[in-house]
Amino acid sequence: MLGLDKKDTSLLLLVVVLTMAAPFLLNPFPEGSGMAQFNAGYPDLMQRFVIFGIFAIGFNILFGLTGYLSFGHAAFLGVGSYAAMWMFKLFGMNVLPALFLAVVLSGLFAMLIGYISLRRSGIYFSILTLAFAMMSYALAYSVLATDMDGPDQQGLLQKGLTGGETGLQLTLTDPRIFGEASTEDGNIPVPNLFGIEMRAATDLEIGNWVFTFSAGYYFAAVVMLISFYLSIRIFRSPFGMMLRAIKSNQQRLNYTGLNPKPYMLAAFVISGMYAGLAGGLMAAMDPLAGPERMFWTASGEVVLMTILGGVGTLIGPVLGAGAIKYMENILSKINSDILHSWFAFLPDGLEDFVVALIYPFIGKGWHLTLGIIFMLVVIFLPGGLVEGGQRIKRLFGRGKSAEDANKPGKATTPAE
Amino acid sequence: MDAIILQILNGLDKGSAYALIALGLTLIFGTLGVVNFAHGALFMIGAFCAVTLSRLLSISHEVIDETRTDFLGNPLKVDVPYLYDIFGETTGAAIIDWAVPLSILFTIPVMILVGVVMERGLIKHFYKRPHADQILVTFGLAIVLQEVIKYYYGANPIPTPAPEAFTGSFDFGALIGFEPNTIIYPYWRLVYFAFAAVIIAAVFAFLQFTTFGMVVRAGMADRETVGLLGIDIDRRFTIMFGLAAAVAGLAGVMYTPIVSPNYHMGMDFLVLSFVVVVVGGMGSLSGAVLAGFLLGILESFASMAWVLDTIPGLNQIVIYLVAIIILLVRPRGLLGRKGVMED
Repeated sequence: MLGLDKKDTSLLLLVVVLTMAAPFLLNPFPEGSGMAQFNAGYPDLMQRFVIFGIFAIGFNILFGLTGYLSFGHAAFLGVGSYAAMWMFKLFGMNVLPALFLAVVLSGLFAMLIGYISLRRSGIYFSILTLAFAMMSYALAYSVLATDMDGPDQQGLLQKGLTGGETGLQLTLTDPRIFGEASTEDGNIPVPNLFGIEMRAATDLEIGNWVFTFSAGYYFAAVVMLISFYLSIRIFRSPFGMMLRAIKSNQQRLNYTGLNPKPYMLAAFVISGMYAGLAGGLMAAMDPLAGPERMFWTASGEVVLMTILGGVGTLIGPVLGAGAIKYMENILSKINSDILHSWFAFLPDGLEDFVVALIYPFIGKGWHLTLGIIFMLVVIFLPGGLVEGGQRIKRLFGRGKSAEDANKPGKATTPAE
Repeated sequence: MDAIILQILNGLDKGSAYALIALGLTLIFGTLGVVNFAHGALFMIGAFCAVTLSRLLSISHEVIDETRTDFLGNPLKVDVPYLYDIFGETTGAAIIDWAVPLSILFTIPVMILVGVVMERGLIKHFYKRPHADQILVTFGLAIVLQEVIKYYYGANPIPTPAPEAFTGSFDFGALIGFEPNTIIYPYWRLVYFAFAAVIIAAVFAFLQFTTFGMVVRAGMADRETVGLLGIDIDRRFTIMFGLAAAVAGLAGVMYTPIVSPNYHMGMDFLVLSFVVVVVGGMGSLSGAVLAGFLLGILESFASMAWVLDTIPGLNQIVIYLVAIIILLVRPRGLLGRKGVMED
C-alpha cells in the first residue's frame, strides 16, 4: 500500500491508529481519581508529542542514516517558528501558508548552514552546527531585534524581525492582508485551517472519563503522519541506501566514484525542513516565537529524544519524543505531598525515608532522571527503546533472530 | 591606546577561563582521545567546591552577647563561627575572608578524585566506541552532575566574594604611565589572570620537564609503542584525566568572585571552550591556550561601544564567526598538527 511493503504498511497503520486514538489511549484514568495526574490526553501535551515527534523524525534522517551528529538543529526549529509568525502577521491566520513558508525558509537556511558545515565531519561537524545555532540564537536575541522602523514609527518592525527576548507576538495592528487584523470583538484572531480554529476542542464525557478532542492536535497529528510516511519512504529509497552507505564507509563510496556531498546536503536540508515544519506547527498551536527555541539545549533535547527512542529506526524518534515530553510534563508535576500520599501505607519513618529517596528525581529534579536514563541508554542500550523492545521480544523467544538482524535498529556500525 | 589596553585587560579574565578549560579538554582529548562534554560540569564543580568550603568555614554556633541587646531589651544572640573559637577572632575572620583562595587546596584533591572516578567508572568503557557515543554519554553525565548540584545548592547563583584585600579596582593606567583614571581594572581579575598563567605554566612544565610528563607526551604521540615498552600508559592517562579535571576545577574556583556560581555556568562555558579547542587545533595544548586568550580578547574588543554601534550584537557572535572561518579555511586550527581528526 502506498508503495510500502507489508511490514512498513502495518507499522504505518499502527501509528495511524495510535495517534488517532491518542485522546482515548492517553487518558486511561478517570477524572478526579488519584491517578488522573498521569493522564497525558490533554491537547497541549498531545500536540507537543506529535510536534517533537516530527522534529525527531527529521533529526533521525540526518543522524540515524548518515551518522552526522548535528548539535544545532534547533536553529531550524526557530527559523520555522519565526517564519510562521511572520506569515500570520502579514498574510492571515490560515496555517497552511505559514507552514509552507516555515518549511521553505528553514530549508533554505539549512542549505546555507549545511553547505558550510558538511565540509567537515565527526566532531568538527557537531561543533560547526553548534556554532551556527548559537550564532542564530544570538542574532535572534539581540541583533535582529533592534528597531528597524526608525524612531518615530510604530510599525511592524518596531521590535525588529524577531522581537528579541520577549519573542515575536501577534498584535492588533498587524496588516494580515488576506485576513482580518482583529476579530469583531476586538481580539487578535486565532490560527485556523480554513475556519477551523486550532484551539477549538470538544469534550466527550463517558462516565468519569473526560476525553478532549482538539482540532490543533488532529491537524498536527495528520502532519506528523505525513512526515512519518515520507520518512519511511526515504528510509526505503535508494537515496536512503546511499545515506546508509555514507554512514558505514564514506571512503569506499568515494572510491566507487560517487560524490557523497550532494546526498549529505540533501539529507541535511530535508531534516532541516522537518525541523522547520515542527517549528511552524509550534507557532500555529501557540502563536508566539522566542529565541530560546534556538538555544543549544533545545538542540540537545532532540538528540536526547532520538537516542532514547532508537537511532536509525523508524518509530524510535517518535517514541523518544513522546517519552521525554511525557516525563517533562508528568514527572515534573509530582511533588512531595503526592509522594507522601502514595507511600502512606508504609510506617511513618519508612515513608519519610522512601519519599526522601525518590524526591530528588521528581518535580524540579526530573532533568536528573532524564540524564540518568539517557546515560543508561547510551551505555547499555545504544539502540534505544526500540532495541530494548527487540531484546525483550527475543527473550520471550517469539522473534525470529534472522529477521531481527536485518532491522535497521541493529545497524550499530560506527560513523567513521 | 588606553582604550585598546583596557579591552585587552578586559578580555584577559574570560580568556584565562577559556584557556584553562580548553587546556583540560585538550589534555583529555590528546591523551585518551575522548571528547569530553562533561568538562564544563567539572569547571562548575570546582566553583561549587569554593562555595562548599566557604560554607564549611563559616559554620557557627549561637552565643549570647551580654553587652548588646536586641530591640526588646533581651541579650542579643550572635552567631560565632567555630573558627573564631579555635584561632581567635582576627585569624578566624581572616580565614573566612580568604575562603576562595583557600579552596584551591581543597579543590585539587577533590577534583583529581572526581576525574579519576569519572575516567575509571565511565569513560574507560567508551574508548572503543565512536566519538558520537562519547559526546552523548558525557553530555548525559554533564546533565546529571548539573542537576545534582542544582538539587543541593539550589538554582540561584551563590555570591562568593573575593578576599577583602582584592575587592575593588585600581588605576592600572597610572601604573604604566597613562593619564590617571583612564584604565581602571578590578584587582581580582588581575589575580585570576596571574593564577591562570601560573597553572598553565605548571602544566606545561610538568609535561616538559618531568619523567612522568615525558612518558605522557610519548603516549600522546604513539600510545601503542609506549605500551610495548612495558609502561602502563593507561594508568598515567587516568592520572592525566584527574589533572585535567583539577585544572578545570581550579579555573572554576578562582572564577567564583567574578561570576557567582550557578548550576549551569559549566554548560555556558563548555560550548565556548569547545569552539576554543577547535580554533586552537584539536590536540594542541599551546593552541588551546593561545586560542583561549585570543578569543577572550577578541570578544572584549567586539563589545566596545563604537563596534556595537556599527555592528550591533557582534560581541555575542564574534567567537562563533571566527570559529566558522577558521574551521573552513584552516581545518586543523591555529596550531593543530596535521592529521589529527582532520577530514
